[in-house]
Amino acid sequence: MSPTASMIERLQALLGGKLGGCTQQLGEVTIEVAPAEWAAVALLLRDDPELSFEELVDLCGVDYLGYGQSEWETSEQATGKGYSRGVEGAAQGRFDWDGRPREVDLPRRFAVVLHLLSLRHNRRLRVRTYCPDQGLPVVPSVTAVWPVANWFEREAFDLYGIVFDGHPDLRRILTDYGFVGHAFRKDFPLIGNVEVRYDPERQRVVYQPVSIEPRVLVPRVVREDVRYQQAAAETADAWRSN
Amino acid sequence: MEEIRNYTMNFGPQHPAAHGVLRLILEMDGEVVVRADPHIGLLHRGTEKLAESKPFNQSIGYMDRLDYVSMMCSEHAYVRAIETLLGIRAPQRAQYIRTLFDEITRILNHLMWVGSNALDLGAMAVFLYAFREREELMDCYEAVSGARMHATYYRPGGVYRDLPAQMPQYRESPWHKGEDLKRLNQWRQGSMLDFLDAFSEDFPRKVDEYEELLTDNRIWKQRTVGIGVVSPQQARAWGMSGPMLRGSGIEWDLRKKQPYAAYADVDFDIPVGVNGDCYDRYLVRMAEMRQSNRIIRQCVEWLRRNPGPVILESHKIIPPHREAMKEDMEALIHHFKLFTEGYVVPAGECYSAVEAPKGEFGVYLISDGANKPFRVKLRAPGFAHLSSMDEIVRGHMLADVVAMIGTYDVVFGEIDR
Repeated sequence: MSPTASMIERLQALLGGKLGGCTQQLGEVTIEVAPAEWAAVALLLRDDPELSFEELVDLCGVDYLGYGQSEWETSEQATGKGYSRGVEGAAQGRFDWDGRPREVDLPRRFAVVLHLLSLRHNRRLRVRTYCPDQGLPVVPSVTAVWPVANWFEREAFDLYGIVFDGHPDLRRILTDYGFVGHAFRKDFPLIGNVEVRYDPERQRVVYQPVSIEPRVLVPRVVREDVRYQQAAAETADAWRSN
Repeated sequence: MEEIRNYTMNFGPQHPAAHGVLRLILEMDGEVVVRADPHIGLLHRGTEKLAESKPFNQSIGYMDRLDYVSMMCSEHAYVRAIETLLGIRAPQRAQYIRTLFDEITRILNHLMWVGSNALDLGAMAVFLYAFREREELMDCYEAVSGARMHATYYRPGGVYRDLPAQMPQYRESPWHKGEDLKRLNQWRQGSMLDFLDAFSEDFPRKVDEYEELLTDNRIWKQRTVGIGVVSPQQARAWGMSGPMLRGSGIEWDLRKKQPYAAYADVDFDIPVGVNGDCYDRYLVRMAEMRQSNRIIRQCVEWLRRNPGPVILESHKIIPPHREAMKEDMEALIHHFKLFTEGYVVPAGECYSAVEAPKGEFGVYLISDGANKPFRVKLRAPGFAHLSSMDEIVRGHMLADVVAMIGTYDVVFGEIDR
């Protein structure tokens, strides 16, 4: 039995009902667990001698808003709309702070993804959980299992607004002091909302709304290429059914 | 006598030993650190979000600007993630060129590290010596890509172009003339491989020079031995990698354990520390430079014997040659499509990691089948390392904080992203 297959078997035996889904793509194993089981599963993954994922390599948030959406429709026939195709779209580079989409509703919008590494067995594992409530995404913290998660969770909170329940010190980390919004959400404008400049009259640095115009040079395109269709369908199925 | 209380001290962000823009809030009890709270993000540029708004190839240049002292290693992780999703593999010669330049980058990084760390701890000369060799290696960067630092040399499917047949030479100028000019151009008579051959022949002697300045230096040892001890348990708990992990005695190197590029075919050793203090990590990095030099020599040898393509010829992903574009309609169309729209990457996700000089640099790429990535997460080794600051530094003296920042080898380009 290959090491990967034996790992999957062990995961299934150990986690049982807690295992929401288990996929293998490009030689990488991804499992999904419910947020309620998140911390318990983390502990099992670290302490089980056959798995022993003692290192947390990475933890990050993902915002699935707009997944698979294209700004440039392609079809079997050539369209007659010419070069104006693609100038309308919903990508994050096309709106400013005031024009940002509100009320964006998508179940399973926010996810937290862990990348684990077992030094003992030389294996990697990806663990994903979807936040149940997209208005206030909450996931239990794993800082008690891997201390390094502290900063990674602060980063996911800062950039995606995912709240980690039980985190000892959930502050913003990368953005400015007093920053408003969560910068990496797909409904946050690419140009940002404020810029700073030096005000010679007040003799200090002041904040003001950004002065640059939102614009997109290359539209987002999903090509219907037969070579990719199979792979795309498989991934989309896996994502929906999980 | 007055009551003595703890006080809070602000270190940085404008401090020569903060290695860029680290702001450190230190709670001190006399000269002993009680709590350290690093504030990062002063160099945050939103690289990941920017990458989500551009076609895949346009973000390669951003990778150079993450860890701006080990540029090509970050590129390597990014192009490898794209290659994995596309299901392509660069030609063998490109794999060797990448291995060669990863190791050149490692030497560049460690030279910068030993120079600036020694400078922080009071040794001026090492910095000047280290920059002498950095100059030679940056010339190699320039020879292949035209840029001394931000090369954008690696591309999905290979590298941008083959190694130059003639190493560029210095011209006579008020600063380089006479004997000095002759000495500078002595190695540069032949190809770049000849230059690297001469360089790597000489480099171990240069490492001896740095070691002579530091390894048995009493002040250096007083500042580093027993300082910032990281136990193997701590190293694992804090997600450490690279020299930080190996300094604590854990034999782990992605180049050996999960080989990529041509690392499976070259011969090298993994240096490992014993005590996990700043001095051991210094020794590990010095030994790594010697090992990198060994790998460079093997790559030069292989590249001499094996000419061949350095990038794939599949023009749905890789732009055709400029010469072909002038005559061939197909080539022109491919060029136009690739530079106005880019290529589409099949939906899926992958995590690709390389052993960057500072540790494991990883790229987590999610594609939804578009010409732009859906999500790019850059896993910077320095981010995980610096987060352990509070635990490691607690109970140390203020001056040891500087030694610790140095030994983490922090670069804010990658930590703040």
